[in-house]
Amino acid sequence: MRIFLNDDMHEVAPGTLAAALETLGFGGRKIATAVNGRFVAAAARPRTELADGDRIEVVAPMQGG
Amino acid sequence: MSSFYGVELKSRLLLGTSRYPSPAVLERAVKASGAQVVTVSLRRESGAGRAGQSFWSLIQSMGVRVLPNTAGCHSVKEAVTTAHMARELFDTPWIKLEVIGEADTLQPDVFGLVEAARILSEDGFEVFPYTTEDLVVAERLVEAGCRVLMPWGAPIGSARGLNNVYGLRSMRAHFPDIPLVVDAGLGVPSHAAAAMELGYDAVLLNTAVAEAGDPVEMARAFALGVEAGRAAYLARPMEPRDMAVPSTPVIGKAALGD
Repeated sequence: MRIFLNDDMHEVAPGTLAAALETLGFGGRKIATAVNGRFVAAAARPRTELADGDRIEVVAPMQGG
Repeated sequence: MSSFYGVELKSRLLLGTSRYPSPAVLERAVKASGAQVVTVSLRRESGAGRAGQSFWSLIQSMGVRVLPNTAGCHSVKEAVTTAHMARELFDTPWIKLEVIGEADTLQPDVFGLVEAARILSEDGFEVFPYTTEDLVVAERLVEAGCRVLMPWGAPIGSARGLNNVYGLRSMRAHFPDIPLVVDAGLGVPSHAAAAMELGYDAVLLNTAVAEAGDPVEMARAFALGVEAGRAAYLARPMEPRDMAVPSTPVIGKAALGD
């Protein structure tokens, strides 16, 4: 199925957010996530099933003022 | 000593971590400033990117407390979702809440700010709202659960100093028991000193240090400015007068005129 991660399209096998993140190179990383504009806590990623066309945001710590 | 949601800080300078020439300069500037709190943010990262991870390692190595922001958020929903992501990522209930309302001035959308502050406070966040000096908005923020207020000095990154001294002084008088932080718009240490002389509890700045010719030395200069302003406030400055008053006594002066 197709998902959009930070606006980039990816083809992934149907499954959970945790699985998609692992596939796309985010395993073990310090990140926070949202799906379709809703925050998804790290603990909830393994039970969050993705659907075709879902929009995922992945953010990491960054400099800020 | 001022308490920010129960945390007492020796340093009254909160420093941003953005726009420094290099991570090494950032690290030295934070050390020179004496800041115990630095602001941080969150941005998208790709699967191959490592910038966020290395930045986080650097911050952790400094042993400072972090105040994550919701910079760049223009809606309540964006700000609230960003705050949740920040709380998990940085493992802190503190959030510097920004809901931007105007692109040129980066003026807060105070209506959205109050709404987001209420939602987040009810959800256990400890909100540091980036606001204006408007007293009614400030009252609403306190009612919404904010125990710190952060009015702007001037637009973010403008280096204009305190645009509305009267407004900031009124705010201090109106909220004697709420920790107040001038956030944004400071350009030079005398601006920070002026804020502290008004009785503000702290200042928060970033660009003035990061974009100085020598950020490390400017960080040290701001620390001195903050310290001088605080000491002056505690020493109770004299009131301004309209007319001159000779500082040297006139009585006993030699009569040398014609």
